[in-house]
Amino acid sequence: MLVRVGMVQMRPVLGDVAGNVRLHVEWVERAAEAGCGLVVFPELSLTGYGLKDLAYDCARTLEDEEIRPLLEASRRVDVVFGMVELSRDYTVYNSAVYASGGAVVHLHRKVYVPTYGMFEENRHFGRGKQIRAFDTAWGRVGIMVCEDAWHPSVPYVLSQDGATVLICPSASPARPVRGDRPGSQEIWHRAVRMYAQLFGAYVLFVNRVGVEDGVLFYGASALVDPFGEVIASAPMFDETLVVAELDGEVLRRSRSLTPLAREEQLDVTFSELSRIMAQRYGGRWIPGAHR
Amino acid sequence: MRIADRPTEELLRISAPLAVDMMTRFLREEVAKAGFSRVVFGLSGGIDSAVAAYLAARAFPRDRILAVMMPYRTSSPASLADARSVAEDLGIPFEVVDITPMIDAFFAGEPGASALRRGNKMARERMSILYDRSAREGALVIGTSNKTELLLGYGTQFGDLASAVNPIGDLYKTQVRQVARYLGVPRPILDKPPSADLWQDQTDEKELGFTYEDVDRLLYFMIDERYSRDALIRGGFDAAFVDAVARRVRINQYKRRPPVICKLSSRTIGVDFRYPRDWGV
Repeated sequence: MLVRVGMVQMRPVLGDVAGNVRLHVEWVERAAEAGCGLVVFPELSLTGYGLKDLAYDCARTLEDEEIRPLLEASRRVDVVFGMVELSRDYTVYNSAVYASGGAVVHLHRKVYVPTYGMFEENRHFGRGKQIRAFDTAWGRVGIMVCEDAWHPSVPYVLSQDGATVLICPSASPARPVRGDRPGSQEIWHRAVRMYAQLFGAYVLFVNRVGVEDGVLFYGASALVDPFGEVIASAPMFDETLVVAELDGEVLRRSRSLTPLAREEQLDVTFSELSRIMAQRYGGRWIPGAHR
Repeated sequence: MRIADRPTEELLRISAPLAVDMMTRFLREEVAKAGFSRVVFGLSGGIDSAVAAYLAARAFPRDRILAVMMPYRTSSPASLADARSVAEDLGIPFEVVDITPMIDAFFAGEPGASALRRGNKMARERMSILYDRSAREGALVIGTSNKTELLLGYGTQFGDLASAVNPIGDLYKTQVRQVARYLGVPRPILDKPPSADLWQDQTDEKELGFTYEDVDRLLYFMIDERYSRDALIRGGFDAAFVDAVARRVRINQYKRRPPVICKLSSRTIGVDFRYPRDWGV
């Protein structure tokens, strides 16, 4: 076993950072009692999702005293949580933090901040500019926050950067209600199962529940193994902690049977993307400069 | 098959169990967050308020609910009987407040007041009573306007359109019917033609000039699926019908929005001072 994970399908209180920190610490304790080495919270778990102008009021630096108790809790169990991050240059980001041993190990700023339909994230949040895997005591991990996963380039890059576990904290609203399950849930489960199989990775889809301004978040969090099978899942709409284990042996078998990550021709992808970038931006293209 | 010929029932079919589960959770959570544990609503005998009643009965204990029937002297006796059958079927407390004295006193000096003015006044009188009961009972007012009415502006601003939380505002009228069947709303309410019941023999469909089946099908393609005018007409919808409905949706936008504020500062309510409704709860 690599690690026992606790997926916290919770209902954050909108705009109440201190209250949500207390809730987080309680959930972390429950997960620790269940023997977890990692506990994962949904997107923006410290603030709630539909913030509008509250985004600025809820923004905290990584060093803020208010979130200190949660970092302290990561001495017991590794924690992934979501927050509105106030950066050193005073930009606010929709960020996910991996904390361990009382410190921030990795920060992922959501790259794709949706601003269409019911979403208005880019009105408030800056766009993250890094998609990077990172090492933990138990394995190499990549984080993608909600909409990030609607762009296959994100799990692709994380996978090529060596991630065998993809963590996807989400705040996915339930709609439409044509079938027995919300349409958004059907699409999400299809996507994470497909990613797990194509990238030969565990995928943790950790979605929140609760209602904000009439919008319901459906939960239905799921852990998918690298064969694309859902090995643990939560019910719709209710708060719950789902505990399951990630197994290196399952990763080994999956990657032996179908070594897609090994076979990936990164050089071909890179040269073709370079060509497309050069065509799109002409001679003006400088890697990393086009934001 | 052209889009205009597709059966509305199939096109707008929803999972009633899922929708009811969501609306019930919505009511429970939004009401509790606002600091209330009681709800109040007008029960007209029509299908929309009946659905609201059945949802409330799923979301809250019976003794936390108050249904208010507010007939006028010309209201159909069948409406009151139907409303009563809902309250009795659900075993929820109800109250009958006759609005005749208030309305007749107000219009006593104006025998020529139009049906529109009288209808609006009745709707606002009912709103005023519900908000009084809200204060008396410590209960939040539940709205009963559906998506078809809201889009068409077929309601009275600050009258029947007023409420604190509305569970059915994203359901077209024909979808309200699906949900009503699932919830077990009494047969007579399902079968009778929808009516504001402001005067005798009034029906929504007579007054609007089209059926809910037809307009819901059109609204679904126009609003939900973002079909262009040309695509709608190519799809078999009558151009005059498309234009008339589009115009209704457009000219009634004001009913769906708070009043326009003259912007003078750098942070104006609703423009660049934008907080979620749930901020305050």
